[in-house]
Amino acid sequence: MTATIAQPEVGRARLRKEDARLVTGRTRWTENITLPGMLHLAILRSPYAHARITSVNTAPALDRPNVIAAFSGADVAETQGVLACAWPVTEDMVAPTYTPLAVTEVRHVGEPVAVVVARDRASAVDALEAIEVDYEPLPVVLGLEEALAEGSPLVHSDKGTNKCYTWIFDSAEAGTGGNAVQAEADAEVVIKRRYVQQRLIPSSMEPRSVIVDPSGGEWTMYSATQIPHIVRFLLSATTGTPEHKIRVIAPDVGGGFGGKIGVTPEEWIAFTAANRVGRPVKYTESRAESMVSAHHGRDVIQDITLSARRDGTLTGVSVKLIANMGAYLGVVGPGVPLLGAFMYNAIYKVPAYRFECTGVFTNTTKTDAYRGAGRPEATYAIERAMDELAAELGLDPVEIRRRNWITHEEFPFTTVCGLVYDSGNYEAATEKALSLLGYDDLRAEQAARRASNDPVQLGIGVSTYTEMCGLAPSRILGALRYGAGGWESATIRVLATGKVEVITGTTPHGQGHVTAWSQIVADQLGVPFDDISVLYGDTRVANKGMDTYGSRSLAVGGIALVNACEKVRDKAKVVAAHMLECSADDLEFTDGAFRVRGNPEAAKTLADVALAVFTAHNLPDGIEPQLDSEATFDPSTFSFPHGTHLCATEVDTETGQVKIRRYVCVDDVGKVINPLIVEGQVHGGVAQGIAQALFEDAVYDESGNLITGSFAEYLLPSAADLPTLEADRTETPATTHPLGAKGVGEAGTIAATPAVVNAIVDALRPRGVHDVMMPCTPERVWRAAQDGSGRGSS
Amino acid sequence: MAGGPGWFWKGFVMIPVAFDYVRPSTVEDAVAAVAAGGDEAKILAGGQSLLPVLRLRLAAPALLVDLGGVGSLRGARFDSGALVIGAMTTHAEVASSALVRAEAPLVATAAAHVGDRQVRHLGTLGGSLAHADPAGDLPAVAVALDADMVLAGPSGRRTVAARDFFTDIFTTALGPAEVLVEVRFPRMSGWTGGYEKFHRTLQAWALVGVAAAVRKENGSIAEARVAFTNMGPTPVRASSVEAALVGAADLGAVKAAAAHAGEGTSPPTDISGSAEYRRHLAGVLTARAVASAAGF
Repeated sequence: MTATIAQPEVGRARLRKEDARLVTGRTRWTENITLPGMLHLAILRSPYAHARITSVNTAPALDRPNVIAAFSGADVAETQGVLACAWPVTEDMVAPTYTPLAVTEVRHVGEPVAVVVARDRASAVDALEAIEVDYEPLPVVLGLEEALAEGSPLVHSDKGTNKCYTWIFDSAEAGTGGNAVQAEADAEVVIKRRYVQQRLIPSSMEPRSVIVDPSGGEWTMYSATQIPHIVRFLLSATTGTPEHKIRVIAPDVGGGFGGKIGVTPEEWIAFTAANRVGRPVKYTESRAESMVSAHHGRDVIQDITLSARRDGTLTGVSVKLIANMGAYLGVVGPGVPLLGAFMYNAIYKVPAYRFECTGVFTNTTKTDAYRGAGRPEATYAIERAMDELAAELGLDPVEIRRRNWITHEEFPFTTVCGLVYDSGNYEAATEKALSLLGYDDLRAEQAARRASNDPVQLGIGVSTYTEMCGLAPSRILGALRYGAGGWESATIRVLATGKVEVITGTTPHGQGHVTAWSQIVADQLGVPFDDISVLYGDTRVANKGMDTYGSRSLAVGGIALVNACEKVRDKAKVVAAHMLECSADDLEFTDGAFRVRGNPEAAKTLADVALAVFTAHNLPDGIEPQLDSEATFDPSTFSFPHGTHLCATEVDTETGQVKIRRYVCVDDVGKVINPLIVEGQVHGGVAQGIAQALFEDAVYDESGNLITGSFAEYLLPSAADLPTLEADRTETPATTHPLGAKGVGEAGTIAATPAVVNAIVDALRPRGVHDVMMPCTPERVWRAAQDGSGRGSS
Repeated sequence: MAGGPGWFWKGFVMIPVAFDYVRPSTVEDAVAAVAAGGDEAKILAGGQSLLPVLRLRLAAPALLVDLGGVGSLRGARFDSGALVIGAMTTHAEVASSALVRAEAPLVATAAAHVGDRQVRHLGTLGGSLAHADPAGDLPAVAVALDADMVLAGPSGRRTVAARDFFTDIFTTALGPAEVLVEVRFPRMSGWTGGYEKFHRTLQAWALVGVAAAVRKENGSIAEARVAFTNMGPTPVRASSVEAALVGAADLGAVKAAAAHAGEGTSPPTDISGSAEYRRHLAGVLTARAVASAAGF
């Protein structure tokens, strides 16, 4: 019996194994799980952006029906633990104490203040109204520059400042490039621009949900999280609970986009509540709670300076950021701007570079990672500014990029930040995109509309991006003062019948790992796609892992997987040789089986070997009766996907309405495991990027109330608001690891936002417009079209 | 500045306060139930606006009277020269009714623009009109077409003209124990019309909406009806635009008439747009709606 695999699985557009259960919801969402004796908790949240808590009386809630317990922060001050920031980016970073329940002061609307535990959720919610809290309002600070100004109200008065940190990278000091300040002084052309990354709210389909079961002298936490391994470590570290007594399960998780990278007050509160009542306790947030209390993203003021020669050649880039941390520090919040710090030079040969970021506290919901984390901000600023440089010099936006980008012959290329870009072909991706769009024809139409003063003007936006994926080499994370490593783990269990269980330390929450991992293992081990299960998201099953974010699962976890498969093959080969009565050196693994060189009909599949190992009746001496393997992989470098996105917009100058007429993207994410999954990631990513450009905006009123607290005000586009994407690819494999894959989770989001805004500005440039603030609302676009300002009142 | 408590903080939890629920099957029983409930009763007519209000705990009625079981309130028919649409007819039914599309295409078009597909299959014409949201699409249409609202109360039925029905933001001429049972649209043969809805996403409320209908004679506009959504606390009938449109025979004349669009309006300023911008939009959209209706 010599079953062979008809064609390689890697590269096939396989439908996703997990979709039937995920799409129908007949699966293990945390909210779907009911444990025996389980109670429900509800959280009373602060209505004030900043106030002293003078008293909390939870006793009246205990008289309400079905209520089991009620408590305030003061009641659990000694036991509730703290929420740690894992990324103290500088030695002197200000890191205020962050408790799950506020004890003496609240610092943003929505901060947890007290808790009711009841037999059912509705009873818990009703009883919240019985809790009496006295607040003494304190001064509120919301704006970034106001927070840094002398005499500003302080978010944390004991710290004496609203400044969290200032982090600087200078290529002259690092020895990786020249002096950007000198470059500016010597420049023939200088472009200075300020861009504002508005505050965004990560919005996944499934809100956050957590159950803590304290039964049996150990603690099991089910949580809709992207990072069960990190939650387990930090729950242990901050509550003193022994790590081996904690099991964290991320069952099925309905999207995250970075919004579920967190060690959240709600998880810690559920832990505290479960301990107080000695029974399992569940908390599932409402959308309104999610929007006001789960972490937000972006919210950065960017000042960027390009120095160049008159021929368009860049001579230096300087960036100065102010980043809003919110009222407290998220688990990686302070580090998010650093993930973009090495990307402002983008795909260009920049000789001198300086980056400075100041983190600031305000009375707002904390910020943390949101799809792209730092890299969308960087790409936006440089790609917008490159268009400005092109306009200043009278060059086409594509031409300014050509004059500066790294050509494909120049790889591997060491950037001004000291990163080595291993591979890429910006020319090929750009040529393909220009041809797909029909760039020259659209430029001709644009000229005609300008000449006829058509009320509907056409704009073409160009965005050529790269990003650093595959987070991350542990040594680099250490150098950046991050609290953990960036390795990833994989385990293979070969069952007696030849079926295979794969365990990954990554934690999928919609990405399709089950399918992609099955495809990789199928080819690696010669096992049919359907004979492979992929297990994840339970620290007792996948005991080692760094979870899923930063386009890392495939680019790091995938390599661990390949290495683990290689170990299985090495073991199996010895047994197969024994079965075929030949030397292991005479065998090769081809077409899904171990075959004798020169006699491919003499072969054993993994299933043949697995049964022989299971019975163990006739194994070679000294061979253990198991084929399982485990591998961890720590990358030596990042991976660098890239691409060219082109957007053609029609801008109605009478109303300010923006219509995306065409959206073409050519992404190079290296070797593709499953083109359907890649296409899905690009579509979703582009949708989120367009959403930042045109729709999404988290807005506070002057008292610090989130006035975009529901989807009626916080506008998420639906499919009907988005264009048909024309997505294509080039494929330049990564050279730093055997899989060649570079990561695709964030690419679309990074590329799309500047493509759209560049297109809008391009449409209006003859009217003197050089910027429109995001989101580019119809009113802002209309005002820009009238007076060239782009600074509409809303 | 000191912080103040947010208006919606109670509603973080999104579970309504407990209420009683009745589902009568006749108008008489419905009126009796509403009368018995007094101030504590709310009428459920599809629930697409009421349920979010309850979930946010902005309202906590003790009783919901669900009109969903009153079959006689559903559907469209002719009666004494008017197109009569039952209050509990869903937006989807209004939009797809052959009768409505033939006799009052503006009503069908506007109904097709309400909310999203789910909302249109649960939300009703009467519910939307009685809710009187300034950003709702249908009140402006009812005002533009001089519709009549038929109200049933403990002492019988009465009719109120649409322009008198909407009295303030979220407020109508409905008495305490009255139920809106049907809407009568006068027949308007020879008229053409359209509804221009300007919104930021397809599911978002209108920044501005314009309902316009015109009747032409010998190539020029003989009569015009124009009303605005979200240009004030109640739908605004644009009388000066209507007057200026009479005699208009080309796009230039329509644009000149539409320049009066801001008169008599008091639009809000919010995160979607300023009052100034809304006034500007009303003019542009009026010109477009009228030009399209008139075929200019």
